[in-house]
Amino acid sequence: MTAPAAVAESLEKAGAARRGLRGSWGFRGNGRFGDLALRIVAGLVMLYIFLPIFVIVLFSFNKPAGKFNYTWQGFTLENWLNPFKYPALTKALQMSLTVAAVSTAIALVLGTLLAIALVRQRFRGSKTVETFLVLPLTAPEVVMGASLLTLFLDLGWATGFATIIIAHVAFQISFIAMTVRARVRGFDWTLEDASLDLGAGPARTFFKVTLPLIVPGIVAAGMLSFALSLDDFIITYFVSGSTVTYPLFVNAAVKAAVPPQIDVLATAILLVSLILLAVGTLYRRKRDI
Amino acid sequence: MAGVASSSRQRSRIAPYLMILPGLAYLAIFFVVPFISLFRTSLSTMGGSVYLPKLTFAWDFGNYGQAFTLYHEQIVRSLVYALAATVISLLLSYPLAYVIAFKSGRYKNLLLGLVVLPFFVTFLVRTLAWKTIFADDGFFVRLLDTLGLVDGRLLSTPWAVIGGLVYNSMTFMILPLYVSLEKIDPRLIEASKDLYSSAFRAFRKVILPLSLPGVIAGSMLVFIPAVGDFINADYLGSTQTTMIGNVIQKQFLVVKDYPAAAALSFVLMAMILVGVLSYARALGTEDLV
Repeated sequence: MTAPAAVAESLEKAGAARRGLRGSWGFRGNGRFGDLALRIVAGLVMLYIFLPIFVIVLFSFNKPAGKFNYTWQGFTLENWLNPFKYPALTKALQMSLTVAAVSTAIALVLGTLLAIALVRQRFRGSKTVETFLVLPLTAPEVVMGASLLTLFLDLGWATGFATIIIAHVAFQISFIAMTVRARVRGFDWTLEDASLDLGAGPARTFFKVTLPLIVPGIVAAGMLSFALSLDDFIITYFVSGSTVTYPLFVNAAVKAAVPPQIDVLATAILLVSLILLAVGTLYRRKRDI
Repeated sequence: MAGVASSSRQRSRIAPYLMILPGLAYLAIFFVVPFISLFRTSLSTMGGSVYLPKLTFAWDFGNYGQAFTLYHEQIVRSLVYALAATVISLLLSYPLAYVIAFKSGRYKNLLLGLVVLPFFVTFLVRTLAWKTIFADDGFFVRLLDTLGLVDGRLLSTPWAVIGGLVYNSMTFMILPLYVSLEKIDPRLIEASKDLYSSAFRAFRKVILPLSLPGVIAGSMLVFIPAVGDFINADYLGSTQTTMIGNVIQKQFLVVKDYPAAAALSFVLMAMILVGVLSYARALGTEDLV
C-alpha cells in the first residue's frame, strides 16, 4: 500500500517534470561503448520486469496435467473459453470488485474533502494534518492488518465483508487525499471568486466551477485506489473472516490447486487496466491540445 | 454588504475544519485507535482457553523480551533480506531509470508505462509466476546450474526470496529515481564536461549527488514493504527463510498468541524506524561532506 501510493506520487511528479522539460539530451563524450553497455543493462532489466508477465499470459493458455498450473504441458484455448469455470474463483473476483467499488466510493468522499481543504485553505494545523496523512502510507501492511484485527477483537466485531471495507477505506483515504492534492495544487481558485462575484450562488459555483476543475484528479485517484483495493492481500488477510476476495482465493489455491483460470483472470485484469490507461492518456492528450 | 462579507469569511474559517473532520475522524478510529489497541495487546498477558482467549492488560514487557529471544533469527534475517533486496533493486533500477530519463527520446512515456505495467497484475499471481520460473526442472534453473551458479535448485533458497522481494518492489525504486534524474539540468553535466571532467567523474560528482533524493525515496519504498513481507518467503522460500512478517502472521492468525504477535509488530516498526533514520543520517552527513 505504501508503494503504490508512491508510484502515483512519482507519476504525478514525473508528469510535471515531463511537461516542463520536453525532449531528451544525449550527452556528448559519454563514449560509445559505455553507452551501449548501459542500454544493454537497461534492456535486460526491462526483460526481467516483463518475464513474469510473459509467464502469466503464456500459462493462461496452458493445459496443466495435474492440479497445479506450474509446468508447461501444451497449448489450449479452453481456459479462455471457460474463464468462469470455477464458481468459487468467480465469486471471489466479484467480491473483490464489490469491495473495491464500495471502499473506493467511501474513501473518495473522505479523501477528496481532505485534499480540497488542504489545497484551498491555509488553516491552523494544516501542516500537522499533512504529516499525519503520510503515516498510514508508511506503516507496514502486516502491522496495519494486525492492528485492525486487534481493534475488531477488542470490540468483539465478527470479521467479514464490513471489516474488509473498513480496512480498505483506512488505507485508501490518505492515498486519495495525497493524489488529489497533488493534482489540484496550482489551479486558479480565483475562478470561484469570479463566479461568486458574477452572482452565482455557492452551490452553483461548486457544481459549475469547482467540480469540473477537480474531477480529473478525483477520477485518477479513484482508479488507482480501486486497483489498490483489488490487489490488496496482506491487510485483507487479517480482517476477512470467512469472506474470500480474489487475492485470498489465489493464496488458498497455492496450498490446494492452482487452476489456469487464475492466470486467465489476471491477464484479463491487466488488459482492462491497459485499455483504461490508454483511454485516460488519449483523453488527457486531447485536453492538453 | 460588510455583514455578508464577514459572515462568509467566518464560514470559510470553519469550513476547512468541517471538510477535514470526517476523514480525520475515520483515520482516528480506524488507524490510530487500532495502534493503541495493538500496543495494549503487546503489553497484555494471555489467559483463558485456546477457544476463548482472554487478554489482561498488565504492562507486561515480557512479550518483547520473548519476541527477541524466540525470533531473533527471523528478525535478523528480515533485516538482511530487506537490505539485500534494497541494494540489488537500486543497482538494477539505476541504469534503467538513467536510460529512460536521458536516452529514451520519444519512447520515454512508453517505457515509463511499461515499468508500471506489472503493477496491474495481482501481486500474488506475479509471485506465483516466479515460482514457475524458479522451478527446479525449469529452463532458468538448469541454465544457472550449468553455469555453476546454483546448486541444483533456486526455489526455497534465500536468493529466491530476495529475488521475489526485489521484483515486487522494483517499480517503486525506478520511478523516484527517474523523477530525480529527469529534474537534473543537463547544462550542469555539459558544464562538467566542458571543464574536462570524464564521463565517470561527471556521473560521480554531478549526476549521482543530484539524484540522491530519488535514491533515498526509492530505497525507503523498497525497504519498508520488504522488511515486513511474508508472501515471498511463503511462496518462494522454505522453513529456513521465514521472516518476521511470517511469524507475525502465523502468531496472529494460526497460533493466536496475540500479545506475542503484537509485540513483534512493534519490534518490526522499531526496526523500520531505526533503518530509515540511520540511512537518512548516513546519506545526509555524506551529503554535507
